[in-house]
Amino acid sequence: MNLPFLVSDKWYDIRDLGNLSGAILDQLDKVLPYGLVYVIAILIGFIASFLIFVLPTQLFLGVLGERKIIGRIQSRYGPNRVGPFGTLQPIADALKLIQKEALIPTAADRWVMLIAPIVFVAPAVLLFAVLPFGPNMVIADVPVSLIYFLAVSSLPVLGAFMAGWSANNKYSLYGAMRIVAMAISYEVPLVMSLLGVALLSSTLSLQGMVFWQKDVHLWMIFLQPIAFAVYFICVSAELNRTPADIAEAESEIVAGYLTEYSGMQWGLFYGMDIGYALAAAAFASTVFLGGWSMWGLEEYVPSWLIFAVKTQLFYLLFLWTRGTLPRLRIDQLMAFAWKFLLPLALLNLLIVATEKVIWTQEELGDGIVFLFAPINIVAAAVLVYAWAKVNGYRPENTPKKPRMVKDATGYIPASGGGR
Amino acid sequence: MTSAIKSEPFILNIGPQHPSTHGVFRVKVTVDGERILDAEMVMGYLHRSMEKLAEERTYTQNIPFTDRTDYLSSMSNNLGYCLAVEKLAGIDVPDRGQAIRVIMAELQRLASHCMAVGAFANDTGAWQTPVMWAFREREKILDLFEMTAGARLTCNYMRIGGVAFDLPKDFVPMARDLMKTFPAFIDDIDGMLTENEIFLVRTRGVAVISPELAVNGSLAGPMLRGSGIAWDIRKADPYCGYEKYDFDIPIGYQGDSFDRFIVRLEEMRQSVRIVQQALDALPGGPHSTQVPLALRPPAGEAYARVEGPRGELGYYVVSDEGPSPYRFHIRPPSFINLSVLKEMTVGGSVADAIVALGSVDIVVGEIDR
Repeated sequence: MNLPFLVSDKWYDIRDLGNLSGAILDQLDKVLPYGLVYVIAILIGFIASFLIFVLPTQLFLGVLGERKIIGRIQSRYGPNRVGPFGTLQPIADALKLIQKEALIPTAADRWVMLIAPIVFVAPAVLLFAVLPFGPNMVIADVPVSLIYFLAVSSLPVLGAFMAGWSANNKYSLYGAMRIVAMAISYEVPLVMSLLGVALLSSTLSLQGMVFWQKDVHLWMIFLQPIAFAVYFICVSAELNRTPADIAEAESEIVAGYLTEYSGMQWGLFYGMDIGYALAAAAFASTVFLGGWSMWGLEEYVPSWLIFAVKTQLFYLLFLWTRGTLPRLRIDQLMAFAWKFLLPLALLNLLIVATEKVIWTQEELGDGIVFLFAPINIVAAAVLVYAWAKVNGYRPENTPKKPRMVKDATGYIPASGGGR
Repeated sequence: MTSAIKSEPFILNIGPQHPSTHGVFRVKVTVDGERILDAEMVMGYLHRSMEKLAEERTYTQNIPFTDRTDYLSSMSNNLGYCLAVEKLAGIDVPDRGQAIRVIMAELQRLASHCMAVGAFANDTGAWQTPVMWAFREREKILDLFEMTAGARLTCNYMRIGGVAFDLPKDFVPMARDLMKTFPAFIDDIDGMLTENEIFLVRTRGVAVISPELAVNGSLAGPMLRGSGIAWDIRKADPYCGYEKYDFDIPIGYQGDSFDRFIVRLEEMRQSVRIVQQALDALPGGPHSTQVPLALRPPAGEAYARVEGPRGELGYYVVSDEGPSPYRFHIRPPSFINLSVLKEMTVGGSVADAIVALGSVDIVVGEIDR
């Protein structure tokens, strides 16, 4: 039986799912009238690709996960009324938001305020174009997809800035200024950290990086622990996730650049915040966690499933930090980016370059990476600790218990230097 | 610093509708970028004229009013008012009533500090998690209040001459169980926040109150103790038999937000100790003395103070032998603690101002009365 839809090598290739559905279709072909099975095949393919690969499902899971898992972290149930176990809550949320009026203040810059959500949303969809879901499953396999991803992922800041500027609200302006300042600062260490990855794998293609990790049988996170940490911190800052959610810091500046937005305009910002977090998670699982490869498991399990699970697990990290960490102040965030992350990323780059030179000059095999990995992990631990010490990290100087006295005797000066 | 770009400070209204003003309270801050140049407090959005209203009602009828000043610590407010009237009228409270009052006041301190600690963590940006954990524990205390007084928030439980009802049968075992599990919760919050480097950098050295300022500003409670001043009404001027219980006063080091936070946490541990001692030594006998409903105290004045969760909570009552007080005045700790807000915020950033306000632990019902 020839089903050209299932065997093409285009981006919509669903061969992994096709093996399963092919078997089903073979059986169906025996009982159904001639030709009907092709229609079913197309329908299955369409629904599967729509539901599984593309942004909506990820977004749906993301919104649900955000609400359920943060609920659990906060020792409450989270949504559990709409649908089974509250699984339809994101749909209910979206319907509610669509019904609401999208208010625009009279003093606001009307058109900029209307365009801002679109500018914010569009890049999120574009980002998924270069992320490989499988050996052949990438919409646009550009050779410089790493650079493409970095360039496009810094676009939403423009949308956020437009939103904050146009609303003509002081809190919005604060949010806009903060997000721009932060995005500029954190872009530098982020790119520096990914430079090491590119150097080691000798490619700028995300698909190429996955193949490289598959070939050496080692994920990049073990070879580049510093780069991973720096990337995670920077991306959570760029995405406005805690501990760096200063641009929409609820307790400080109400909702930052979203203050004046309502209805689905706000919903787009909110949903796409999660969309960007998922894109960042997908990117991190591609670059650092082996993407769709899983040490041979991809032969038996559909590669897109491995990729989706990795993405959602990485996204769990964002939720975890969001549920537990307080927020930093803007000057502390800036100092952290420039004084801590950037030097660390540069040192990491130095280490990688040295290793790469040794690797190529001595013409060593791929096995050498298993020697590099422990070296790099130890180096990462030492560097992080040492650089923190250089920057003045002195946990021992901070008493965390108050002094205890028996009687109300008035002022007692803190002895021994204090803090 | 000179710059070619022309810039000027602008005024930012924090409140009255703002997520972290803990009610309808407003601060007009003049900011230069993120730095605060001036802060002006605007209050009165919740003014209900309680002190004047109280002059038209009998002494007993005024007790529900005191619930509604500081609505997060109604028991302490009841207690302060009842002590003042008892002092005025010369009424003695039986031992059991005293012990029940101590238990309730300390449980109220725990509930109130839960709220204070959780909301403060929320202000630093720990998004809802500590406050939810704290609410979980606070609910258990409110359950105890409900089974005793019938209400959770505005308990209206203390009476002139004792307390309204005796403790229900299940109260003592339930309270004992809760006091067994409560320290674990305090340790949870402790581990989550005081061990957290981000929390430390956000609160350490922020909104420092020097000991001189603390004394001159007439601050009280954790605000005063955070600045390293050992002062507690329960020790300095014991009431309700607090001298019988063994507890310590926690004091801070330099008076920053972090010191006030750890002082509150440690006060919760000490409150657990007091409640345990009070439950163990709960005397028998009547819970209240008989007081005429239309109480007419002899002419004179009385001021009674208790150590409320937010500090020295004083009630000043003047009698002209009539059925209602001639003058009724409250010394609200959050109002007076808030008076140093300008000194705490000016020079810091907007984010610091929120932390400073959170560390004061205000209740707007008490500020505006």
